[in-house]
Amino acid sequence: MSEAIIHATAPLPAREQLETLVADILAEARIQGATSAEAAVSFSRALSVTVRLGEVETLEYHRQRGLGVTVYFGQTRGSASTADWRPEAIRDTVRSACAIARHTAADPCAGLADPDRLAREFPDLDLYHPWPLSAEEGIELARECEAAALTLDPRIRNSEGGSVSSHAGLVIYGNSHGFCGGYPTTRHSLNCSVIAQDDGGMQRNHWYAVARDRNELETPVAVGREAARRALRRLGSRRLETRQVPVLFAPELARGLIGHFVAAIRGGALYRKASFLLDRLGAPVFPPFVTIRERPHLPRGLASAPFDSEGVATADRDLVGEGVLQGYVLDSYSARRLGMATTGNAGGTHNLIVEPGPFGHEELLRQLDTGLWVTELLGHGVNLVTGDYSRGAAGFWVEKGEIRFPVHEITIAGHLADMFQGIAVVGNDVDARGGIRCGSLLLERMTVAGE
Amino acid sequence: MTADTLALACQQLLVPAGLGEDDLHRALSCLLGHAVDGGDLYFQLRRAESWSLEDGQVKDASHAIQQGVGVRAISGEKTGFAYSDEIVLPALLEAATAARAIARHGGDSRLQVWQATQRLARYQPLDPLVTLSAEAKVRLLERLDAEARRQDPRVTQVMVSLAATQDTMLVAGSDGALAGDVRPLARLNVTVIVEHAGRREQGSAGGGGRIGYGWFLDEDRALGYAREAVRLALVNLDAVPAPAGTMTVVLGPGWPGILLHEAIGHGLEGDFNRKGTSAFSGRIGERVATPLCTVVDDGTLADRRGSLNVDDEGTPTQCTTLIERGVLKGYLQDKLNARLMNVAPTGNGRRESYAHLPLPRMTNTYLLAGDHDPAEIIASVERGLYAVNFGGGQVDITSGKFVFSASEAYLIENGRVTCPVKGATLIGNGPDVLTKVSMVGSDLQLDAGVGTCGKDGQSVPVGVGQPTLKVEALTVGGTQT
Repeated sequence: MSEAIIHATAPLPAREQLETLVADILAEARIQGATSAEAAVSFSRALSVTVRLGEVETLEYHRQRGLGVTVYFGQTRGSASTADWRPEAIRDTVRSACAIARHTAADPCAGLADPDRLAREFPDLDLYHPWPLSAEEGIELARECEAAALTLDPRIRNSEGGSVSSHAGLVIYGNSHGFCGGYPTTRHSLNCSVIAQDDGGMQRNHWYAVARDRNELETPVAVGREAARRALRRLGSRRLETRQVPVLFAPELARGLIGHFVAAIRGGALYRKASFLLDRLGAPVFPPFVTIRERPHLPRGLASAPFDSEGVATADRDLVGEGVLQGYVLDSYSARRLGMATTGNAGGTHNLIVEPGPFGHEELLRQLDTGLWVTELLGHGVNLVTGDYSRGAAGFWVEKGEIRFPVHEITIAGHLADMFQGIAVVGNDVDARGGIRCGSLLLERMTVAGE
Repeated sequence: MTADTLALACQQLLVPAGLGEDDLHRALSCLLGHAVDGGDLYFQLRRAESWSLEDGQVKDASHAIQQGVGVRAISGEKTGFAYSDEIVLPALLEAATAARAIARHGGDSRLQVWQATQRLARYQPLDPLVTLSAEAKVRLLERLDAEARRQDPRVTQVMVSLAATQDTMLVAGSDGALAGDVRPLARLNVTVIVEHAGRREQGSAGGGGRIGYGWFLDEDRALGYAREAVRLALVNLDAVPAPAGTMTVVLGPGWPGILLHEAIGHGLEGDFNRKGTSAFSGRIGERVATPLCTVVDDGTLADRRGSLNVDDEGTPTQCTTLIERGVLKGYLQDKLNARLMNVAPTGNGRRESYAHLPLPRMTNTYLLAGDHDPAEIIASVERGLYAVNFGGGQVDITSGKFVFSASEAYLIENGRVTCPVKGATLIGNGPDVLTKVSMVGSDLQLDAGVGTCGKDGQSVPVGVGQPTLKVEALTVGGTQT
């Protein structure tokens, strides 16, 4: 397998090569008459391995290139992309973008980011930690991870596998204001998904770890055991009667609720008036104990970035301070549409941190007292225009702070604006495995539909 | 017309790279040389465009080209996979070398003689991108904007998107499979926002298929999407909070067939059943629905979004009966899972692209018509929900629990459809939801061509359909207790 090992861990191409490509694309755009242009070139490599019931199931080598360009002729624009880096492909791609720009309408808000907002400093955010992972090592770790789950309890009877993946990528972005920047990143993960079974049926659950640096991953054994525990605790799930109760969202789901908030204050939703949070800047959206910070420069952060996807410098800020909405999530275009300034969020937010409260999981169950602890959600029943929220759920019925039994085949419903205002407690049991770091959220009241 | 899609695919994929049959043999031999049981090479070229309108103007559009070759090596239940976005011999051989690393030991396999799949024409091998001029695309989008705004003064925003791909694929397998296909796919969507007395609602409508853009102009289909989007949004302006609890639900015809996709289809995919992880595992021959229910997956329907001439492993698509008069009949198979389960593949091996592995996936999944008049079905319900439009859905195939979210629904009171209710998620249990189907309408419809299915991070276009159905008990996730 030695040839394959070389293939999997070969280094990324030199950044100079990608910078030259970006410069070539911008030069070609100028030659073809564009008044301004921006381009991004990317390269990524990954190795992923899945082991199921102790045997290798898949071994995948990924290697992907990309090249994208947007040209402007005054205020009209066109975009095109390809995976082909040859000079003739660059010419053709720019030509496609220019052909489109001849047919699109002028938009006074269109254009590159304002030059004074472009990043001038590129702090090293420590995002690149390549893992010279061989196929053999990957297989061994995935096997160890799955075995920890399979051996935890005899009721773990089946598996969807343990897996390991290691990804490295490099993206260079440049525009005709003279900006050119980019940096390599890595992302490594461990996953495990197993099935517990008893006379009542089967229940599946999973767990994962993800980090920029493999040394910061949870151990394979810890990931496997947690997957098994989560599957086991679902055995014997019942339904609930329809009622209104307080609901405790587990941290990995609380992050999703904050995600809906972010989606509702994005520039695109706001200028289209497609959000239930219009015109709320400066108004309380959450209770006063909720503060949400954006920290784009956290070392090794999963959503860290020195600049956004149009080159605008990122900076620390508070999105929500003491419950009050302090800022929107804008790129240059949506900012111009709203008569505001970009917030450096082209491409998304960069590490949102919901300030943790004083309580851990046990105390949160006590505070929930009698109600529903939600650990899984199913479906996409979220309407950001109206704020209506209705999703399938599974979790545990809690009485007087004690877990009584697992529940499933129920829905939880409410209105997002009320749900945000109805947050009673933020937990300190933060899940840091994503771009939004949040602890459990205890909500005063939602409608549970069941029997 | 029966086009020679294999020749077309060779012309587009192999000729520009200077690759011939000998090179395919060489790459496959390189795979098998390592004692791999089998494998395949999947070449693909996809050209895509999208045009979008807002504020009454087309201000954004893009064009994309994606191409490459994926190489898969199979040894027992093991799969090795590598790909390259350059279609040239050295990259092909490098990918083959990487993929074959999966097999340290194993079978003694020989390359089979090429056997080109018979020519099929479920759709024309056209390039939808060139079926309208750029000017005409812009005009079409502008007309839809005007049509939507003309419907009602409460329309405040109109967003229209037009998108198409031409996907050319060629697959060569060590089992002798050799097939090529040219797959057009076009889609048009209109979304509007309406505003009245401080309340805002959204409505979306659209359609598409394996067709050229001209199809949207036929029978005023495109204008119909604009009107339908406005109608939906206006209905929701009057919607009251949805009920919460278990009740009788009447599902309308067409797109509500997402019920079958989530509740039944995924659970019958071969991989989950081979591994025993589906709530339907080992249940062939058992009753899983009332005798009124017959469910099929049919990849052969003309011009449909979910249709294929051959799947991504070169197997011709077919109409597979999943449930016949209430009894579970069969699973959806790709080659790997069919072989391991010792059954025939069903033409359901699909992949998002050359950079993804094939998996058993649905094509067009629907429930056959019954003999009840839809009006009679509604009249039979004293109190319940009538749900006619849906957003997405999801299923946990192991526990069998599934959801799908209504975007247009009404109360049924004393046999009559009364007021509209807000969108709500419906939840049920896949293996028994069809045992609660008490009436099946005569009005079978397929959806308008808008479905995309996600599995293991891979998206593929699919279709669904059904007649009006009465389900005696489903849980409706509203807020009113």
